Amino acid sequence: MASEILMPALSPTMEEGKLAKWLVKEGDEVRSGDILAEIETDKATMEFEAVDEGRIGKILVPEGTEGVKVNQPIATLLADGEDASAAVAHKTPPSPTRAESQGPARTEEGASATPPSRPAASDARSRGGKEKESVVAEVSAEPEVPEGTEFVTMTVREALRDAMAEEMRRDPDVFLMGEEVAQYQGAYKVSQGLLEEFGERRVIDTPITEHGFTGLGVGAGFAGLKPVVEFMTFNFAMQAIDQIINSAAKTRYMSGGQMHCPIVFRGPNGPASRVGAQHSQDYSSWYAHVPGVKVIAPYFAADAKGLLKAAIRDPNPVIFLENEIVYGRTFPVPKLDDFVLPIGKARVVKQGRDVTLVAHSICVGQILEAAEALAKEGIDAELIDLRTLRPLDTATVIESVKKTNRLVTVEQGWPICSIGSEVAAQVVAEAFDYLDAPPTKVTGKDVPMPYAANLEKLALPTVEDIVAAVKAVCYRS
Amino acid sequence: MADAAAGQITNPGALGAAAPPAVDAALSLKFYKDMLLIRRFEEKAGQLYGMGLIGGFCHLYIGQEAVVVGMQALVGPKDQLITAYRDHGHMLASGMDPRGVMAELTGRSGGYSRGKGGSMHMFSREKNFYGGHGIVGAQVPIGTGLAFANRYRGDGAVSLTYFGDGAANQGQVYESFNMAELWKLPVVYIIENNQYAMGTAVSRASAETEFHRRGVSFNIPGEQADGMDVEAVYAAGHKAIEWCRAGKGPIILEMKTYRYRGHSMSDPAKYRSREEVQEVREKRDPIDHLGHKLIDRGTATADDLKAIDKEIRQVVNNAAEFASESPEPAPEELYTDVYA
Repeated sequence: MASEILMPALSPTMEEGKLAKWLVKEGDEVRSGDILAEIETDKATMEFEAVDEGRIGKILVPEGTEGVKVNQPIATLLADGEDASAAVAHKTPPSPTRAESQGPARTEEGASATPPSRPAASDARSRGGKEKESVVAEVSAEPEVPEGTEFVTMTVREALRDAMAEEMRRDPDVFLMGEEVAQYQGAYKVSQGLLEEFGERRVIDTPITEHGFTGLGVGAGFAGLKPVVEFMTFNFAMQAIDQIINSAAKTRYMSGGQMHCPIVFRGPNGPASRVGAQHSQDYSSWYAHVPGVKVIAPYFAADAKGLLKAAIRDPNPVIFLENEIVYGRTFPVPKLDDFVLPIGKARVVKQGRDVTLVAHSICVGQILEAAEALAKEGIDAELIDLRTLRPLDTATVIESVKKTNRLVTVEQGWPICSIGSEVAAQVVAEAFDYLDAPPTKVTGKDVPMPYAANLEKLALPTVEDIVAAVKAVCYRS
Repeated sequence: MADAAAGQITNPGALGAAAPPAVDAALSLKFYKDMLLIRRFEEKAGQLYGMGLIGGFCHLYIGQEAVVVGMQALVGPKDQLITAYRDHGHMLASGMDPRGVMAELTGRSGGYSRGKGGSMHMFSREKNFYGGHGIVGAQVPIGTGLAFANRYRGDGAVSLTYFGDGAANQGQVYESFNMAELWKLPVVYIIENNQYAMGTAVSRASAETEFHRRGVSFNIPGEQADGMDVEAVYAAGHKAIEWCRAGKGPIILEMKTYRYRGHSMSDPAKYRSREEVQEVREKRDPIDHLGHKLIDRGTATADDLKAIDKEIRQVVNNAAEFASESPEPAPEELYTDVYA
């Protein structure tokens, strides 16, 4: 019986990609290991191998098609003696690739019925993209954005790259260093094109040596340069945390204000997908705990850009927490020559009457989805994106709670001493009399991240968890 | 064991036999004064500690004075200096005011960090002194970063990065070596081998006790010098700094030295014999050694040296007085200097 060849996932977070090139044609015999096609994602181009023997029946997705969903059938593979009209056996396991051997693609995304011709650029994100856009439309414009400003749609990844490029053009003391930031163009392609524009003096590939290059960056900062140090992920920054805390954060104080370290530590933070306990951790509350650093964790592309530019200009050490899954999401960004946002200001993403939902980073996407679901049940949620975790803009949250009388915080980090713990404590201290229900935290579960798909899902906060928590504080069940 | 090792220089002149700059009478007198200032300052600090005016950790540099004095005599106006927590000597040798250093030790507002840093955490932008670091080995990547900035700017400055035989076993030191050689950074790594990492003798902690060889895996050359002889330090340091200025990358200098006092004030120093310390004091003391030379050469008389000592004691007494009288930092200082 004929089988389907499915669009492979080349990384744990890939959801769609471009079928760049077919290297086989209909009628070709293939053996396992033969290269079938080239697949392009926003991060990389990869070759895709056959895992079964057979003859290529029908090519279902022509080359050059963008936005092909993971697990979507892209061709049929015929067994001996079959012709192209043979019935296709369903439930074919997704084809593994040799790419990163991350196992089968995420099944919950499923083989989608989306036409393969759908242009990638308009895809805000497959899951609930449309709904989210309608909610975002309610968001009042930033005060920093003049009326009538044109917006361009771009990914968070592009926004971050543009922020670095603009600051590097502006200030010759700004340079980028980290693993694979230069020739490889960034492990997650955030530094794409920077080496070409700025050269190897200012875009520097380091050895895999976090402790060392972090300290080296701190020293360069003491000497007056403005390093941007990329951690491939913040999991690896644990190797360097002594230099971040003891050397970068504390020296201004210990020197009575003489020395300072204008440095940015940035990179993806928090769980990606199916990478297990050591590569899936949210460090938000770790860094937010430390006096002497500022901590930023944006969600929207405009915030990523405006706040990274602010971070690079800030004379203090700044921890800039990005998110791998959010890198590929697309949002409008104001087209301004120099768009810089203030550090330390939360944003009311959507006004509401009944409950205040507070989140940062990827969880902002979740509270947007939750608000949509809650609206259908007659609950009008106010949504706050903290954007900065230190200094924490508790005033905006308290103001909101005074209106809604209810608070639910959402984050992927562990529950003990979490960002939500701090927000709740501040709200209780400052707005106790306004609360109609105990503040409630929706967090990652208090366990190391499991690998199994079902357990990982259970370990992370879901939109359903948020909806349930909101209903609980609204005494609706 | 340790005292014998301390005196034995296994690879003199590994960097070639370039003639060291002449040490004239004025320079040798300066060496003497600078070393004696550190010695008297540290003795006074020990005394103030005993009186309860200095708290916490206090690591004295007594015995090692020749190392920093010989090296710092070679630096130019842009060269930087960074070290760990046995740092009082480095501050004095880089020209910082003894009063401000002592007042920091007593935690007073007249201190370099206005009392908020203490013995281990002091800095001077003016003198290019980048600390003063309390975590063993942490200053090594930072010093390498100073060198990175020098190369980035192309300003010809050299970073003098000091660390001890204990720190030489930290992983981040080798991460730094690797990047420094890879990127040809102008940094002199000065390993002050005083024979003991706190209470652990070098041979009990280090598989390779010849620290000048610690750069072999990274193609960083190294040389050993007698860290009890300021002129030997000066000669080795001259070659090393020239090496860096010529764009040849990093270099390692192992200074064989010895600390007379305990690791910190509370160290009973049971790990070595009184005789061992006494022997070094009598036979190899850097200040006595140079004093005899000055007299032999006719540069100074015994009376001249006594007069210098008197003058320096006065400077140190002034510093101690200042440090005792300077007020404690105002309570408002608690919240300043956290952010720019």
